[in-house]
Amino acid sequence: MSKHHVTTTINGEPVEYLCEAQQTMLDVLRDELNLTGSKEGCGSGDCGACTVIVDGNIVCSCLMLGVEAEGKTITTVEGIAEGDKLHPVQQKFLEHAALQCGFCTPGFIVAAKALLDENKNPTEEETRYWLAGNLCRCTGYDKIIRAVLDAAALMRGEAGAV
Amino acid sequence: MSYLDKSALKVVGTRPVRPDGVEKVIGRANFGADMVMPGMLWGKVLRSPHAHARIRSINTARAAALPGVRAVITADDFPPIASEEAFVGEGPMNFRDLSYNCIARGKVLYDGHAVAAVAATSPAIAEEALDLIAVDYEVLPHVIDVEDAMKADAPVLHDDLFTQGVDPKPTKPSNIAKRIGFNKGDIATGWKEAEVTIERRYTTQPVHQGYIEPHACVVAVGADGQCTIWSSSQGQFMVRAYCAKLLGVDIANIRAMPAEIGGGFGGKTLIYLEPLAMALSRKSGRPVKIVMNREEVFRGTGPAAGSVIEVKLGAKKDGRLVAAELLLKYQAGAFPGSPVGPGCMCAFAMYDIPHVSIVGYDVVSNRPKVAAYRAPGAPNSSFGVESCMDELARQMNIDPLHLREINAAKDGTKAAHGPTWSNIGYLETVQAAQANAHLSHKLGSNQGRGVASGFWFNIGGESSAACHINEDGTATVVEGCPDIGGSRASMAMMAAEVLGIPYERVRPIVADTASVGFSFLTGGSRVTFATGMAVTQAAEKVVVELKKRAAMIWDISPDAVDWKDGKAYPAGPNAGSFEPLSLQEIALKAGRTGGPISAEVTINAQGAGAGWATHICDVEVDSETGRVKILRYTAIQDVGRAIHPSYVEGQIQGGVTQGIGWALNEEYIYDKDGRLENPGFLDYRVPVASDLPMIDAVMLEIPNPRHPFGAKGVGEVPIVPPMAAVANAIFDATGIRMRDLPMSPPKLRAALDAEAPPPRLAAE
Amino acid sequence: MPRVSYTAPATVDDAVKALAGAAGLAKVLSGGTDLLVQLKSGRLKPDLIVDTKRIPGMIGIREEGDYFVIGAATPGVLISAHQPLEHAYPGIVEGVDLIGSQQIQGRCTIAGNLCNASPAADSVPPVIAARARAVVAGPGGRREVPVEEIVTGPGRTSLQKGEFVVEFKIPLPKPRQSDAYLRFIPRTEMDIAVVGCAVNVTLDESGACTDARVVLGAVAPTQVIVAGAAEALRGHKLDEDTLQRLDSAAQAACHPITDKRGTIEYRTKVAGVLARRAAAIAFDRAATRGATIAGAV
Repeated sequence: MSKHHVTTTINGEPVEYLCEAQQTMLDVLRDELNLTGSKEGCGSGDCGACTVIVDGNIVCSCLMLGVEAEGKTITTVEGIAEGDKLHPVQQKFLEHAALQCGFCTPGFIVAAKALLDENKNPTEEETRYWLAGNLCRCTGYDKIIRAVLDAAALMRGEAGAV
Repeated sequence: MSYLDKSALKVVGTRPVRPDGVEKVIGRANFGADMVMPGMLWGKVLRSPHAHARIRSINTARAAALPGVRAVITADDFPPIASEEAFVGEGPMNFRDLSYNCIARGKVLYDGHAVAAVAATSPAIAEEALDLIAVDYEVLPHVIDVEDAMKADAPVLHDDLFTQGVDPKPTKPSNIAKRIGFNKGDIATGWKEAEVTIERRYTTQPVHQGYIEPHACVVAVGADGQCTIWSSSQGQFMVRAYCAKLLGVDIANIRAMPAEIGGGFGGKTLIYLEPLAMALSRKSGRPVKIVMNREEVFRGTGPAAGSVIEVKLGAKKDGRLVAAELLLKYQAGAFPGSPVGPGCMCAFAMYDIPHVSIVGYDVVSNRPKVAAYRAPGAPNSSFGVESCMDELARQMNIDPLHLREINAAKDGTKAAHGPTWSNIGYLETVQAAQANAHLSHKLGSNQGRGVASGFWFNIGGESSAACHINEDGTATVVEGCPDIGGSRASMAMMAAEVLGIPYERVRPIVADTASVGFSFLTGGSRVTFATGMAVTQAAEKVVVELKKRAAMIWDISPDAVDWKDGKAYPAGPNAGSFEPLSLQEIALKAGRTGGPISAEVTINAQGAGAGWATHICDVEVDSETGRVKILRYTAIQDVGRAIHPSYVEGQIQGGVTQGIGWALNEEYIYDKDGRLENPGFLDYRVPVASDLPMIDAVMLEIPNPRHPFGAKGVGEVPIVPPMAAVANAIFDATGIRMRDLPMSPPKLRAALDAEAPPPRLAAE
Repeated sequence: MPRVSYTAPATVDDAVKALAGAAGLAKVLSGGTDLLVQLKSGRLKPDLIVDTKRIPGMIGIREEGDYFVIGAATPGVLISAHQPLEHAYPGIVEGVDLIGSQQIQGRCTIAGNLCNASPAADSVPPVIAARARAVVAGPGGRREVPVEEIVTGPGRTSLQKGEFVVEFKIPLPKPRQSDAYLRFIPRTEMDIAVVGCAVNVTLDESGACTDARVVLGAVAPTQVIVAGAAEALRGHKLDEDTLQRLDSAAQAACHPITDKRGTIEYRTKVAGVLARRAAAIAFDRAATRGATIAGAV
């Protein structure tokens, strides 16, 4: 079975790669493109550690084939910061100690960034439901939710909301 | 030196950004599966579809012949190992059992037990090769339930397992590995004195640690036998010790590199993949990477024990406990070694009871071997005891917190398992609960409130640490315990406090087994205590050296130098008149004053302070569906000194959430053939963000005088009280007592209907 | 994941040809949120995957005559964002919205949810309750069938080799018609429905029901249209007596199994509970033609 040639855009860069049909987008990111920030926690769309943004929507990259990326625009956790300037969500995760082991963190960062792109002032409940597809086993979610709400406040130009 | 005076601290007690934080929020941190090596092969593991079967033969020829396959291994590729107790991981383990657990020999003992492994040039080829391995099984009768496994006619897993701790020694093998007991006072006297008694039985199902990172490793063995292991674990020295034993190689020939670890909670205190990858690498001559998928994690790695807990309490009419009896039956999984010991010891630790009798059984069955899980053993027995305390309180019409207050263990109380307590903060957690604003929140209809307490020993043990002063006056701290929840930040903070320099000028690393002295694994809530003590002592040794160097520069006696705020000062007018010398200035001149400044400390830390907690939980019950919503949760804990308070709170909040999952929805479900039916996060239901409220973590700082900063372990006790706290709250809301975990909606609805069938639904 | 071939045809005809001409098992990939899980677990070993998302019209929602037409590969996020559909059939949007996480919503489709043929599919009961029809393309051309005729049992559909669902046609609602979908899961998110219930009602000006369809999920091998429940509602306002009869009818229609997600007794009882609760929401919406989104149970 021959490999497929895929032309796509990842984190703002044009990217071409060869992949086999059964390789997931996550396999391609991690094993072909060395973008290992996206993690495989379950491989079944239940944990969200592999979350990426495809054409504006978050998806589990473990449930998308690498060949499906043809012509798409993809953002991974490696593309959330601008150069060495962290995104407010990243900054607030650090300030609120919203990570312990850090394995689920990339998925949360990507999902939370997408939430705040869409909803500048989410409630705690909206934030909890939006992030329900991201499992964290360390934190009990408390500090993650606070970090996201605080990042939203920062992005709205308000200080120290939570 | 002691730093117990909180008001004098500049760094400890603040909340700086963790040193490994940026790497983790941008996706650059390297976890177990992120490592690649040139020429690397992909390994996959073939697992048993049967709960219990004899392996008649394994034919690997077709798999080995598949193009791209470079090695196939079975148990025959490992040396046979004699039975020998290992003191390497957190819980009891036998080297022989561990070897058999990593790859089945003769028999498979549970669904998911590894039987063979392959290494190939791609994951897809490796997977295809697994399908080509032919295993001829003779399926044997199996047993899943703990009490079924104890029956005389139960299928026996191990022909050579004779119950320990009974006299006379049994003549027939059984699944009961061990009977243990603890006694205090005279239980018969206790029952004579008791004016009120209560006797109840509780049950729990096995639950998985549920770390989000599946097990993963890359192993490269050279032609000379030297081996590098890169893996995610709770202890690189544990990985090294187990691998050396299981493969029969010298420890010096193994260098174990700690990857970032994506959660462990005790589940990564033993190994599964590393020996397989090592054997595959040895056979193929190439580095081999193996990564479990989630199904393998559930089927093949250690859950926490399921259990039966029988509790009997006796009290005086005023509520003072006079007698307590406990019978525990804990599942060990396929090999002996459940945490029934700590289960026995933790159950009544919170209370001052004159007459106590405890018996525990360690029982094997056809399930994966249990692994440590946060306060291993304590959550089970405490669910029983803390539920029973609530039942007693309600029976006697005493406030449940007051019942705990009048029976609380204090300094000087002798625990049933032996020690006499000192510097304990249990009563303080109860009193803080009584004073907490949580209690003033009014409850609505279908809502209820429950309380429960918990205890965990916390341990010390062997740790090594080094502190190196760099040429520019910054410091590097080197330690040997994987950072599972922010401990690097705490290490840097303690070193910065001692050195008197800003936190940002101290960078900590977790070093590999060749780069730092031996360190016991990350577990038992020991790292901040024991490794923190080693780091503190290493920094203190550096300060002694810095003072010596300053004295040399000034040409005075080292005794005449003081160290304060990162600078050397003359110790008084008699010492001479010199401008203070900063650490930076001394570091710059180190070459001319005797060479590099650094210190390594190796200790066996003693004096860990125990962890105590009291939790308050509010729930709302949907009586038509049986669903329980957690409305409000407050966890009060004696934390000693919170080195980095945010990460202490995080441990408490995370432990509580795992406990809530254990209470409500998490369980292993087996079909009649002994196959696990829910090996994924879809049907193994860990709490999600929308299930929970904020968790209020209340830290009581009652310093541990045996630690320079007063630290006590904080990571484990938070998982102990939640199951009973939730059950007690459900009772408060509904009048229904749930004694079997998990308290899932179908069970709760059935219990509600059994009590009072709603008239609306009677028609059928 | 085992090796497989992949093609992304640009027309319906090419897709039919690929599916019909495949040597072994061929599977349609739209959202892939079930297909990839089955591929990875080894439960399904197809030889060919046919990605239908490059076919014009497969993604998107349009109003055509008396129908909403939903392309079969339209992901959840687009369905939730379609305000006319949400206004007309809030219950359908609720059902779709309950499939998996926000991440799953970025990919999941009604067609995939339907053709995966799980009795627990969340989007299917409200779609059946709305009397939607599926347009199926195949070697014999196009045919249109009621959605309830697609699934024949767990994992089984009436689709023949070479056939696939191209789009759904949902009739525009009548005045004072509305719907609701509720499901029960142990957690608040991320579970498969233990029971699901869609109620679609049309009221007269007095608030009495003139037409109703009640569809249960996860209580039988396929979704169940509960005729007795519709009968209980028709001609009545939602008083206690009607609710009681609705509850009984819903329970009577259940033929569930006991499995890791729930027992027969539990599913049966909760079906009655959800029927009552969903009916209350649907009646309220129909009376006011409100378009608010209610969450899970």
